[in-house]
Amino acid sequence: MTQRTEKEVLERIERIRRRPPRVTDERITLAHGAGGKATHTLIEALFLDAFRNPLLEPLEDQAVFTIGGARLAFTTDTYVVSPLFFPGGDIGDLAVNGTVNDLAVSGARPLYLSAGFVLEEGFPVADLRRITASMAAAAQRADVQIVTGDTKVVQRGKADACFVNTAGVGVLERPVTLSAKAARPGDAVIVSGPVGDHGITIMLARGELGIESDLRSDTAPLTELVGLLLDAAPRTRFIRDATRGGVATICNELAEASQVAVVLEEEAIPVRPEVRGASEILGIDPLYVACEGRFVAVVAGDEAEPAVAALRTHPEGERAAVIGRIADDPPGLVLVNTGFGGMRIVDMLVGDPLPRIC
Amino acid sequence: MGAGGMRFVDEFRDRDTARGVAASIDRLCEPGRRYGFMEICGGHTHTIYKHGIEDYLPEAVGLVHGPGCPVCVIPMGRVDDAIWIAEQDGVIMTSFGDLLRVPGSRGSFLEAKARGADIRMVYSPLDSLRIARENPDRRVVFMAIGFETTTPSTAMTVLRAAAEGLDNFAVFCNHVTIIPALEAILASPDLHIDGFIGPGHVSTVIGCEPYRFIAEERGKPFVVAGFEPLDILQSIQMLLLQLHEGRSEVENQYTRVVPWEGNKRALGAINEVMEPRPTFEWRGLGWIPDSAMQLREKYARFDAERLYSIPATRVSDPPACQCGEVLRGMIKPWECRVFGTACTPETPIGTCMVSSEGACAAYYNFGRFTRHRVRQASSA
Amino acid sequence: MCLGIPGEVIALDGERPGMATVNVGGARRQVNVMLLEDDRIGPGDWVLIHVGFALAKIDEEEARTTLSYLEEMGQAYRDELRALSESRID
Repeated sequence: MTQRTEKEVLERIERIRRRPPRVTDERITLAHGAGGKATHTLIEALFLDAFRNPLLEPLEDQAVFTIGGARLAFTTDTYVVSPLFFPGGDIGDLAVNGTVNDLAVSGARPLYLSAGFVLEEGFPVADLRRITASMAAAAQRADVQIVTGDTKVVQRGKADACFVNTAGVGVLERPVTLSAKAARPGDAVIVSGPVGDHGITIMLARGELGIESDLRSDTAPLTELVGLLLDAAPRTRFIRDATRGGVATICNELAEASQVAVVLEEEAIPVRPEVRGASEILGIDPLYVACEGRFVAVVAGDEAEPAVAALRTHPEGERAAVIGRIADDPPGLVLVNTGFGGMRIVDMLVGDPLPRIC
Repeated sequence: MGAGGMRFVDEFRDRDTARGVAASIDRLCEPGRRYGFMEICGGHTHTIYKHGIEDYLPEAVGLVHGPGCPVCVIPMGRVDDAIWIAEQDGVIMTSFGDLLRVPGSRGSFLEAKARGADIRMVYSPLDSLRIARENPDRRVVFMAIGFETTTPSTAMTVLRAAAEGLDNFAVFCNHVTIIPALEAILASPDLHIDGFIGPGHVSTVIGCEPYRFIAEERGKPFVVAGFEPLDILQSIQMLLLQLHEGRSEVENQYTRVVPWEGNKRALGAINEVMEPRPTFEWRGLGWIPDSAMQLREKYARFDAERLYSIPATRVSDPPACQCGEVLRGMIKPWECRVFGTACTPETPIGTCMVSSEGACAAYYNFGRFTRHRVRQASSA
Repeated sequence: MCLGIPGEVIALDGERPGMATVNVGGARRQVNVMLLEDDRIGPGDWVLIHVGFALAKIDEEEARTTLSYLEEMGQAYRDELRALSESRID
């Protein structure tokens, strides 16, 4: 056998990673829903393949198009969180804020939402009232209206209590075009606040891990923060809200789409002590943990400072920070300069980050 | 990350101190000599990559990953057996997260779950008891894995179940022991290892004495190491110092946690509940006598292997899989012929790629980008 | 094999002997401390936790000793750097 060099092996891996994805699994597993590699493969090889059209191709979190002179953004998201009620919010908050945020990060002003419910037979009406009240309050806070909806009830056992889908439409009044393809070497990467709050809160709220803390979900509408950012940094390239898969997944999507390297500084990434503590116990990395009220943005290098200063004037943006830079090499990879002074890759995970004992 | 400090962790991740230790390591390397140290424990593999520790090491010092990954060494047949148990009527299988994506010959735990098996992740074996209490009409079977770090926890859980009179809890025991694995490594004729970075947490249980034969009879320095980056750097420095001074001893770098004599209560609990199996199959290392544990007759009612007639089929590794050679430190992950091509984290062939602290997964997920030189397997 | 984390004992469980509440940076978990019975664990002690069990009591004295030894190596390095820069021939 020829002695391949390490370099040759790594190059071959990169070539293979660039091949178009294929879905080989026979059945859907939880990994397909985690936001990582399995999800991306499913979306690209199955959905995009079937629905292919120019508006879908960019695979951003929203579609942007022009009708009768108005630039509109359109998005949808489905919420299946368990437990339904957790510290800091409930599925209703997520359903409104999540869709509002997908619109806001395109630079749009979110306007109207639809709300579709799939309810399991036997689901308590009192719980439905709570969720609806949360949605109403969240919609008011986000300055949107829920204008249409649908309700279905399925037999006991066919749905986990309550699933909610929201779709939303907003209008782009700013002349911005934000895109994952727009990052350039020299740009700065910003996060709007501490990472991992929501995901860890949910993990702990499920109870199976037996860990308690005072953490709350970070679910919140990002419209105002995005507005502050775009005012201070008009040449912003890209904004995405960090949901499942966490900051690491967004950075990977960005690195891939723009064919740049994202180089993060571990010490600059804001993390609450409880998130860090729980993550250390479980052996997971906060970079992969979902948020529900945080965005990652790529701004022009010289606009980074004013951008962070502007964000920090808002209560939701108090801990906004520059967490890294865009470089030209190696393209498509996310690297972290560790607090210790070394370097490692931050690859996309296959599925959810799983707690480990080893 | 920029968070509130964690005591006994952050101090051992200090960058400035690291430079000092790295300089000391540099000075101790003899010009023209190459050093190979084996870090045995999967947790060390993970830390090394997570923090980028190799960036602090000179060209002359190479790290070889050893077999201390209890997930990696489980043969496919045992994974199949576990899934078979999970698929039996009335069973709730509980497992650590590490195992859920490990491929058996018919798929992983996650895939079995997708087909309808009730498999639940737990952080602690004790959590299985809670599930057992909450589900009196089902039997909870805990998939027990791990080296001696974890074995006492399973043993204590069985004792707790016995004390409570629980009759619907069982353990599928796959606990393995480290010393036989080390002996198998030392028996490899082609191995060029100058010293060992010893498993810090296993040693909290078994102490440091069991490694004596490695230093005294086989002449290899052995340093029991902690898991923070400075612990690992210091351990490497201590190994080089031994070599420089012509010594070959067992030393304890992790003195803040590891007592030299180990933990008698933990050893006592293991001994009360379990006994060594005559032999056990290790992935890549073959059958090794006295290398794994089984429940004693006295606790038969908690033993899944006695309660169920598991198929116990021997499944050989896929022909392409070179996990065995990686586990023995014979080849580096990237030297495996299917690394990154047929075997990736999405489509793992072997356990080294699935387990979060398997050498291949660690290298693929963390260390793939090498800024510097090329290393060949034959150099040592 | 080895994910063990240092945690601070907050309280011993009054009702369940052998259990304690341990805090890791704000995340709290019930931990079985029966393997450390001889150490007489109490609030304020630091222990190494692994899968819900405390395996060892952390010796703070030893931690300090290890750290100062490491820092000495760091200091020696800084001294050398300084000596090097001061010895430049201008």
